[in-house]
Amino acid sequence: MQALFDEFPVILEAFWLTIRLTLASGLLALVLGTILAGMRVSPLPVLRGIGTAYVNIVRNTPLTLVIVFCGLGLGLVLDVSFSTSLSTNYLWLSIIGLSAYTAAFVCEAIRAGINTVPLGQAEAARAIGLTFFQNLRLIVLPQALRAVIAPLGSVLIALIKNTTIAAAIGVAEASLTMKTLFESHGDAVVPIFFGFALGFLILTLPTGLLFTWLSKRLAVVR
Amino acid sequence: MSTLTAEPRKTRKRASAPDRVSVLYDAPGPRARMRNTVLTVVVVLVALLAVYVMVTKLDEKNQLNADLWTPFLRGDVWINLILPGLFNTLSAAAVAALIAVPFGFVFGIGRLSDHAWIRVPAGAVVEFFRAIPLLIMIFAVMYGGSAVFGLTVTPFMAVVTGLVLYNGSVLAEIVRAGILSIPRGQSEAALAIGLRKGQVMRMILLPQGVTAMMPAIVAQLVVLLKDTALGFIVSFEDLLNAGARVLPSNFNNIIPAVIVIAIVYIIINLIVGAIAVLLERRSRRSRKSSAQPVVPPGAVVAPGSGDISAVD
Repeated sequence: MQALFDEFPVILEAFWLTIRLTLASGLLALVLGTILAGMRVSPLPVLRGIGTAYVNIVRNTPLTLVIVFCGLGLGLVLDVSFSTSLSTNYLWLSIIGLSAYTAAFVCEAIRAGINTVPLGQAEAARAIGLTFFQNLRLIVLPQALRAVIAPLGSVLIALIKNTTIAAAIGVAEASLTMKTLFESHGDAVVPIFFGFALGFLILTLPTGLLFTWLSKRLAVVR
Repeated sequence: MSTLTAEPRKTRKRASAPDRVSVLYDAPGPRARMRNTVLTVVVVLVALLAVYVMVTKLDEKNQLNADLWTPFLRGDVWINLILPGLFNTLSAAAVAALIAVPFGFVFGIGRLSDHAWIRVPAGAVVEFFRAIPLLIMIFAVMYGGSAVFGLTVTPFMAVVTGLVLYNGSVLAEIVRAGILSIPRGQSEAALAIGLRKGQVMRMILLPQGVTAMMPAIVAQLVVLLKDTALGFIVSFEDLLNAGARVLPSNFNNIIPAVIVIAIVYIIINLIVGAIAVLLERRSRRSRKSSAQPVVPPGAVVAPGSGDISAVD
């Protein structure tokens, strides 16, 4: 138990990195996922094909493989570099992997949301002469996004948990820090585990509640 | 109305994904067709440019050299290096699935119990293991097993235990949703003819619920199979280990190896995913059950698309 209090600043630092990973990847994934969803409903078959292929490939690949590819493939072999500092560079590479992976799930959520928008809405938009882009941007997406707040919350919670996989390329977020502490405090494995588990509960449970509340509050009244 | 779209009216009524999508734009006239052709050409050119940039970048780093790729044409490389990893991945997934499914049924039904002393602990276990990342469970089993119980924990055991606890908890939610999706009249009628609670569950609710939850269970098994790759982090000698450690240490070909291994994962997962879709169609048609197929918790499903992938 004492170990938990002694290492409290280290643990806090680790969770702060987890939060930063989540926010950065979440934002990127939201942007990329929305673009992908737009591609998947576009009038051009070739764009639809690219979007579908991306989603099916990424969704069926283990995230660990994606992250390892980003870290070792992009980072070591192809010399993709975001920073001279090695740890910052791996941080960004893991953010790329996490957002590329999560974007596929965001895309599917938004696409499901587009299907909840009543036919008449898009038909009315077309009737007053809106183009595909205007239709999507002004009429369909605002309603679709409000319909998928709860599923997007689930995607975000999955992302919070998935950030732990950045440990595969040595990003010292919560799970890797927990492993390090296990090694240095072999006698306090149980309290350290429950400390970190509590940390994740504090991150995931309120996120779930917040998104449930938001989805009710912002639901489109029909 | 429907004459504006290219789709015939009767397919629109089904409101399945590709049909609904066409409502976003008119059936293209001559100008729109011309514009679409131009845009298609532009998109294809941009895509080709992207591929070209990637290929030159790979070539610059000598990643397209034949000796990095030819190992995958050799039978002994597959037999000695890749297939053992694949075997370990599949056996970890199979063992975990065989334990996780009963775990899910026990805790899913436990959460529906009338007795608070069963319902509350079952709910706590399910919510706890669903809320924490699988990887910290695997680490905890790995280090906790030896530190607390003095056991030698192999990576295989750690991975399987973690997968069972996490996926079992998700399956418990699927089981609960499957049973709750059965119209209340079913259990009321069963109770009215004098069945006991256990009999109602065993003879009325479970047989119908299983049909409804089967597609979601199989979709969750795709997640389980993908998550076996976490074993890589604790040095479990799985398929990813073959691709990211064993092959590169022999041929120094991390990028080709990871790409080939990814293709193997994708093929396996697509097969399991296709089984889920088949089961979903069958379950939707089934007249043996009064319940509609349930979706994995947190999953988003385009209505009628038959696409039931779990969020992970």
